[in-house]
Amino acid sequence: MLEKLISIVAEQLHVEETDIKPETDFKADLSADSLDLFELVMALEEEYDVEIPNEDLEKLTTVQAVVDYLKEKGIEA
Amino acid sequence: MRTSLTELLGTEYPIIQGGMAWVAEHSLAAAVSNAGGLGIIAAANAPYEYVRDEIRKTRELTDRPFGVNIMLLSPYADEIARLAAEERVPVVTTGAGNPGTYMKQWKEAGIKVIPVVASVALAKMMQRGGADAVIAEGCESGGHIGEATTMVLVPQVADAVDIPVIAAGGIGDGRGLAAAMMLGASGVQMGTRFLVSKECVIHPNYKERVLKAKDIDTVVTGRSTGHPIRCLRNRMTREYLSYEKEGRSFEELERLTLGGLRKAVKDGDADYGSLMSGQIAGLVKKEQTCQEMILEIMEEAEKLLSRTE
Repeated sequence: MLEKLISIVAEQLHVEETDIKPETDFKADLSADSLDLFELVMALEEEYDVEIPNEDLEKLTTVQAVVDYLKEKGIEA
Repeated sequence: MRTSLTELLGTEYPIIQGGMAWVAEHSLAAAVSNAGGLGIIAAANAPYEYVRDEIRKTRELTDRPFGVNIMLLSPYADEIARLAAEERVPVVTTGAGNPGTYMKQWKEAGIKVIPVVASVALAKMMQRGGADAVIAEGCESGGHIGEATTMVLVPQVADAVDIPVIAAGGIGDGRGLAAAMMLGASGVQMGTRFLVSKECVIHPNYKERVLKAKDIDTVVTGRSTGHPIRCLRNRMTREYLSYEKEGRSFEELERLTLGGLRKAVKDGDADYGSLMSGQIAGLVKKEQTCQEMILEIMEEAEKLLSRTE
């Protein structure tokens, strides 16, 4: 179920899919900086056809956090 | 010169002065605004009372529009954001982060909000969040920098958003302004050129180093720590870069730059201060008033742009 999300994260942050688990923290584990996170959010918006407002960005710290966030919006990642 | 930026800001010319920490205080900001540009006070890491006084002093010196640059990583960011709304400053520019949470209170106070962006995705996000314009800042800039150059970033940001784009990084004369307009910008932000203006109150040693700098005299420290900073080469940068090569600890690197900007601006320590400067320092050769600078830049740019019409 996570496959699509993991492949988006891998592509946007230039890391291997095998390095990404639900608990993976974008900043701490994948050394993403703030610009990388904006790229990731733009890609998520496009893929899931959802708008992620600016002030929600800080909630999206890990893969699981993204899954939960999308679920709240009624989207299955 | 009328552009979508001068319309937005109500200034005579499409020139903004960069919000340089420790440098951009009321005398510089007021001088730039009085000369027809947009002067900016840098809040940097300063507390509420200091920035409030700077805003009020600027108002005593000019009745033209000016702005405050808010560094979002500042421990006082929340207070300064509120201060900007309370004082109803005409323009806020933001650096080092995402101003999303403050956008509402600023817009309600009638403030024009202009975030600095270093990528297309961030520019789009800022436009959607209600930004009135964006400053696309390339890595030729001094101080904290991104990855893309101005030449690369500006046309892509201009394609991606409908709001005015202000080009920053590597612009120091009328040719730079004209080129930025060709890339799709509606104006420019300049820091290094104003650093050596007569109204800029930095230590004379710092000014002299900028005036004497050649084209390749800036370096970037901190690439290894994820906090790349561009400044003029000196003893500090030499030691820093060799420490980075040796893989010394983050603490050791930090110790070298601790208080470095203060040392440069206030003490004039040209050896160990952080002499932040853009790459364009090599082109900046004269100490002039802000008015002389702006008039010279505008005259040159208008001449060049009229040729292409």
